[in-house]
Amino acid sequence: MFDVIIIGAGVTGCAAARELSRYQAEICVIDKCEDVGEGTSKANSAVIHAGFDAPAGSLMAEMNVRGNELMGPLCEELDVPFKRNGALVVCVRKDALDGLQELYDRGIANGVKGMKILNRSEALQMEPNLSESVQGALYAPSSGIICPFILTEALAENACANGVEFRLGTKAENVFRDEQGIWHIGTDKGELLSRAVVNAAGVYADVIHNMVSENKIHITPRRGEYLLLDKDAGTHVSHTIFPQPTKLGKGVLVTPTIHGNLIVGPTAQDIEDREGINTSSEGLQTITVKANEQVRNLPLRKVITSFAGLRAHEDHHEFIIGEVKDAPYFFDCAGIESPGLASSPAIGEKISLLIKEKLSLQEKKDWNPRRKGITDPRKLTMEKRNELIRKEPAYGNIICRCESVSEGEILDAIRRTPGARTLDGVKRRVRAGMGRCQAGFCSPKVMEILHRELDIPYEEITKGGKDGVIVFGRTKNVQGGEA
Amino acid sequence: MINYEIVIIGGGPAGLAAALSARKAGVENILILERDAELGGILNQCIHNGFGLHTFKEELTGPEYAWRFIERVQKENIAYRLNTMVLNISKDRIVTAMNRDEGIIQIQAGAVILAMGCRERPRGALNIPGFRPAGIFSAGTAQRLVNIEGYMPGKEVVILGSGDIGLIMARRMTLEGADVKVVAELMPYSGGLKRNIVQCLDDFNIPLKLSHTVVDIEGKDRVTAVTIAEVDENRKPVPGTEERYTCDTLLLSCGLIPENELSVNAGIELSRITNGPVVTDRLETNIPGIFACGNVLHVHDLVDFVSEEAAKAGRSAAEFVQNSTAEKQSSEPVVLKAESGVRYTVPFTVDPGTMEDLLKVCFRVGAVFRDAYVSVYFNDERVMHMKKRILSPGEMEQVILQKKKLLEYDDLKTVTIRIEAE
Repeated sequence: MFDVIIIGAGVTGCAAARELSRYQAEICVIDKCEDVGEGTSKANSAVIHAGFDAPAGSLMAEMNVRGNELMGPLCEELDVPFKRNGALVVCVRKDALDGLQELYDRGIANGVKGMKILNRSEALQMEPNLSESVQGALYAPSSGIICPFILTEALAENACANGVEFRLGTKAENVFRDEQGIWHIGTDKGELLSRAVVNAAGVYADVIHNMVSENKIHITPRRGEYLLLDKDAGTHVSHTIFPQPTKLGKGVLVTPTIHGNLIVGPTAQDIEDREGINTSSEGLQTITVKANEQVRNLPLRKVITSFAGLRAHEDHHEFIIGEVKDAPYFFDCAGIESPGLASSPAIGEKISLLIKEKLSLQEKKDWNPRRKGITDPRKLTMEKRNELIRKEPAYGNIICRCESVSEGEILDAIRRTPGARTLDGVKRRVRAGMGRCQAGFCSPKVMEILHRELDIPYEEITKGGKDGVIVFGRTKNVQGGEA
Repeated sequence: MINYEIVIIGGGPAGLAAALSARKAGVENILILERDAELGGILNQCIHNGFGLHTFKEELTGPEYAWRFIERVQKENIAYRLNTMVLNISKDRIVTAMNRDEGIIQIQAGAVILAMGCRERPRGALNIPGFRPAGIFSAGTAQRLVNIEGYMPGKEVVILGSGDIGLIMARRMTLEGADVKVVAELMPYSGGLKRNIVQCLDDFNIPLKLSHTVVDIEGKDRVTAVTIAEVDENRKPVPGTEERYTCDTLLLSCGLIPENELSVNAGIELSRITNGPVVTDRLETNIPGIFACGNVLHVHDLVDFVSEEAAKAGRSAAEFVQNSTAEKQSSEPVVLKAESGVRYTVPFTVDPGTMEDLLKVCFRVGAVFRDAYVSVYFNDERVMHMKKRILSPGEMEQVILQKKKLLEYDDLKTVTIRIEAE
């Protein structure tokens, strides 16, 4: 029996796991997908919001500002690339300038530090490619950009190193509490027992919650589509550029990514399908129109891919974090939509303190807060890089030419716990296949490495798990049959 | 630092032919850098025949064609390093490369020949809406899986784009037992060779739908269906024309892009039309001593023309290291211009004083022309006028310029190629 089972290995679940790993407890994270961060955590703006958006006094505002503060030291400990590039909320209509003041005041109430309202010329000086029609902007220097994949993986790896067990590819199908007060989680891989449960199931958090509580909640998958541009376009802007927010959200932003690409999006469309991460021609069209309102000459012919993610939008647009009233020892982390990524360190902190209290957990003496990231040979001096190649020749073998990723990095990604098991798993950890050719060149090579390292046949290697196989078997020639 | 007179980036058909011609011109010290485990480049996975009709007057497979060159490179003892990735080329021709055994090496080259080839345009660049499951491959990746790795990437296939690799793969997948349901082409004409449409589609009853594109991809883990629709003259899908095909695979053959990442770092000027370097008649880029040939310069239709072009780059690089042209260069080269129907020319300039006796100017047209004329103008005077039954964007065209004629012409500033109705 576990002390805590966390349902959902997204950034929230992994942050909770990592924080809980400080304590002497048996902890298990389960997820229906075969890798961590396969839901909302893998398809979002990758922005660590400053915290001026959420209504003053809301839990969302509190978590966002606290999470933003914690992100710096957390990324330091976990060796996660993170940069405070600052955000600009751009006003393009004179009659809307009051809106900037309103945001500023809200930011102050929320505890956001360092904000400034800029006039037109100050804004253009800071960001020359802003639209001609810019009237002013709100500048928030604490806003940042991060790799959401690496953040989630780093949290999971560090949790793992501190004794948390990950059962991936394990889907929670039913949850109930027996007379002794023990939680039973029925999964497709058998039943698991636990003293406490954390519901961090993203767009499914209402489904899990509603299994155990009479106070029903409702989550709508709100789809956001994005365009990702080539690194050639990565310096078109240096800050994260927002329009002024509307009821539907923060609008279509334009921002460099931590890896040097440019990302544009998202749209906001409420849908039924909780797996509906398809893009639409209308959505992609909307982005191109909207993005050009704040930024000029956006080089949209440099698009290398488009994708969509789902926000777990709760009906009241508020985070639900804490023990469920009619389900003791069952803790929700539900409705974690934007700014969920920014808030994740704070949510992890909050939930772990609640559980520590409830279960009277003791701190571990040997808890290790640090995790070493995958070595990026491109950041080494030539001497150091040669030393690395002498020690491990795989670092001298480039597999992904667009992003210049070596076999050594891919092997490291596979050999970690939890490690990469799929092409997408490798891609999210080391960027092989993330570049401008979008895996055309490296996918057969990465397949060969997965086959060799994991000892699985080619026919079982998948793009992103489950039925997503890449090949169906041998050709006639290889079978030895007549061609 | 290692020194070579000529360093060639890429051991495919262009790199091999360039090396052989530089050797023939008397250069001893030549190095080919190849990132793959074998020489031959993309030809190794092109196991169909049809290569070499111009060069060898016989029909060879890709690997056979490559072998004719590899054999000679080996016989000539031209040095090459395999599994070696070039990381950088500097303006002063220092080539930085890396492999497992030597780590990072730096080579000072007397001249550099760019022969990196091209890559395929991926799905993302096409902005096709829908899911992103397994089962979407560029045609070349599928070709590698089938012909090199020996695995079947699909059983029921839809192909978008009628580039040559897509056409070849329609036939290849069919022969391997797959059901190729349709080839959709965005443009009102095919981007591939006529012979490939006949031999790879028509002969297997595979329909080619011109002015069609993919408007949806279904399938959460693996492709389950693809919807195509007709497009209007602005290439926008026409509502109501959608046709849904259940399938497990979508192959993309939607264009090739010269692979010029290294060129950009070296400060080489690229053409926005070809995406390849802007070169002189000697195939020299704007950086002295760096030459380009093959698909990295512009995408070719036939490998024979790649070999021919590369041989010229080899000769020019040899001349450069033997230092016999520097003083002859006239300051104002003649500009080659592509107009009315002609998308680009390669080369982009010609120097009548130093050019070879005959200069083959390659170009592609931007649309299909029937019974039209290819005209060449010296300044504003039409000097050549050739009738063509058909000109299509999928096929590379050429005109030959004579050094004698260029030298004879007074005050020649521009040579313009145009397509004219009469």
